[in-house]
Amino acid sequence: MPREGILVPNPYERITDEQIRQIHRASLQILLDPGLICFSKKAAEIFHSNGAEVTTTSSGDNPCWNIKIPEKLVIEALDSAPKTVKLGARNPDNALIMKGDEPRVYFISGSETNIWLDVDFPAYVKKSDRSIEIKVPEFHPRRATVADLCQSAHVCEHLETLDGYIRTVNIQDADITEDNKDVNKFFASLNNTTKHFMSGLTKLEQLDNVVRMAELIAGGKEALQENPIISFITCLVKSPLQFVEDTTDAFIEICRRGLPTAVSSSPQAGTTAPIKEAGIMAQINAEVLAGITLGQLVNKGTPLLYGSVPVMARMDTLGDSYGAVETSQYNIDCVQMARFYKIPNYSTSGVCDTKIPGQQSSIERLFSDIVVTLSGPQFLHCAYGLLDCNAVFCLLQAVLDDAHFQMLKFFLKTPRINQQELAETMKQIREVVETPQKLYIRYIRQVMRSGEISAPYPFEGDGESDSVFALAYQRMNELLAKPVEHIDPDTTAKIFQEIPGLLPRLNVYKEGK
Amino acid sequence: MTEDIISLIRENVIQGRVTQDDEGLDEGLVGRPGVTELIEKALAKRLDVRDIINKGLTEAMNLVGQKFEQKEYYIPDMLASAEAVGVAMEILGPYLARSGIKPKGKVLLATVKGDLHDIGKNIVMILLRGAGYTVKDLGNDMEPQSIVNAVREENPQFLGLSALLTSTMVNMRDTIQALEESGLRDKVKVVIGGAPVSEEYAKSIGADGYGSDGFQALAVIESLTST
Repeated sequence: MPREGILVPNPYERITDEQIRQIHRASLQILLDPGLICFSKKAAEIFHSNGAEVTTTSSGDNPCWNIKIPEKLVIEALDSAPKTVKLGARNPDNALIMKGDEPRVYFISGSETNIWLDVDFPAYVKKSDRSIEIKVPEFHPRRATVADLCQSAHVCEHLETLDGYIRTVNIQDADITEDNKDVNKFFASLNNTTKHFMSGLTKLEQLDNVVRMAELIAGGKEALQENPIISFITCLVKSPLQFVEDTTDAFIEICRRGLPTAVSSSPQAGTTAPIKEAGIMAQINAEVLAGITLGQLVNKGTPLLYGSVPVMARMDTLGDSYGAVETSQYNIDCVQMARFYKIPNYSTSGVCDTKIPGQQSSIERLFSDIVVTLSGPQFLHCAYGLLDCNAVFCLLQAVLDDAHFQMLKFFLKTPRINQQELAETMKQIREVVETPQKLYIRYIRQVMRSGEISAPYPFEGDGESDSVFALAYQRMNELLAKPVEHIDPDTTAKIFQEIPGLLPRLNVYKEGK
Repeated sequence: MTEDIISLIRENVIQGRVTQDDEGLDEGLVGRPGVTELIEKALAKRLDVRDIINKGLTEAMNLVGQKFEQKEYYIPDMLASAEAVGVAMEILGPYLARSGIKPKGKVLLATVKGDLHDIGKNIVMILLRGAGYTVKDLGNDMEPQSIVNAVREENPQFLGLSALLTSTMVNMRDTIQALEESGLRDKVKVVIGGAPVSEEYAKSIGADGYGSDGFQALAVIESLTST
């Protein structure tokens, strides 16, 4: 049985059917005029051999091509792209089944931050009364390591609401190079979670090593196709409308291997996309459609996700603003576009602009988590632990986010109103009004034990003290103390034997560990 | 037979089942005798009332208390059990004197003038009855003079006053003053409770005690009982 996720009963829709069709038509026009600039020779050849108009041009010293994609190719790609995508998992019970026309939401971590935020609780003494001492959380940013990646996968494995794991940090240890980064980030993550794992690829040359590792874990080539325990995220189109060389080449090779891939685009309204909603929507949709078309031309039927990470520009810095209300609006628009095409959507919420956990962080992330979830994306990423617009990951924040999602999941439960329920409660009403105390308290008990009543906020302090961070930190350490199911010793031995570049310290069965 | 009925009373108090129609906590209990039916059966069998109270009701409430402390039981469970005991004590009332059992005390409860909110007062009533007190509920929106009249007629050891609103809590002071003016203040201990009041407020209006919730109200009355 795959994970259930949460089915949104009546998904929230911002844009009308007519507006969806208008965006669709505008995107098709953009794909023809101006078309896309392509820095990948392979992609240009694929488009050319399939009837797209491809002309050679240049950008500085680099050769590039202008590609005009005819509507026919796009429509055929939308037809052949699978409408149901399975993301497998080491534990098959953690598989995710995503149907493009079903608003069943899975909550996933993300993204790939350079900075890891440590937390500790130094004590402070009140100047005017030295008998009063309080502990205040302090956050310390530092470069992330492979040990951090293991730790975050470990905690995410135990977060109840988290359905899948996207590598949270960019590993920057002294012994990590461009050549061994991929194998180590895949192994560190897969070895610490039995949930689905998605990542970007740093170096195309490492793709086969990564896929071979996944085959060894899944039980062979066919077993991996059946249960794709890994998937990829590719930002092959850089906004506005440019196929970048390395990611596009990697995308082509991933599609050839038939592994699930999110075709992601991340335009910024105001800088790399028009500031107007109509404009950014027409452009991002064109960019994603271009990627989906290329993927289907490479390998008809290869599983793809309609990936959308649109974001508003901050007016003060022109940096990303994930906390902006418009960012959530664009994401919901994209969810609707993906549902229009019946292709599962990879959407974004829960990222905030602020650099540390706190009130601003909670407000920004909870706002986007709620509204984007209500629109019913299938794969909701970035939701756990991210701060400072995708630049910082904080494990404590991920634990806090789990509590947010517990509330959201509970909120989205199916309403419990039917004839039987009404008949039972009407009997209660008649009984209670006959009693002197006129209270329904005795009827709480069985309902409370059935899980029908929401749990109180888990990090609530006593009295007037705010203990949220201290209690979440305690929870984080409890989760770290819980064991995780590592890859078995035989498979681990085979992986270390066959896959070059793995750091010996990641082998949990190594003597002395 | 005696032990069977007593142990069934105990089990049903723990389940919080007042009558045979109550579901209790475990599955499949509906239709089986609840505390009401079992007490009536015990009286019909002429079981010792002391045994019914001590081995049945009190022992069961002790076990419920343990379960609450161990976080196996929650407040609704405690209240359901207390309600079952309260109903049992009501049935047993006429037999107590005959068995030489001294009643624990009599409590009058009222929500003060201008206030219709009675959840807190009703929870306190359940807990007090469950603890063996005789409780008379005067109702809501009670004029000070009506409360004074009831105290004169009922001669209770305790008067519990409740208010939810800052605009009505002042009527607690008026009620206590009315008791003083009628010369009854020394005959009854007054305990107040409700969201807007506090220990400090209780002292300022001359109340004898303050309960921040139902359990504390019970504890305060228990402690005043023993003094």
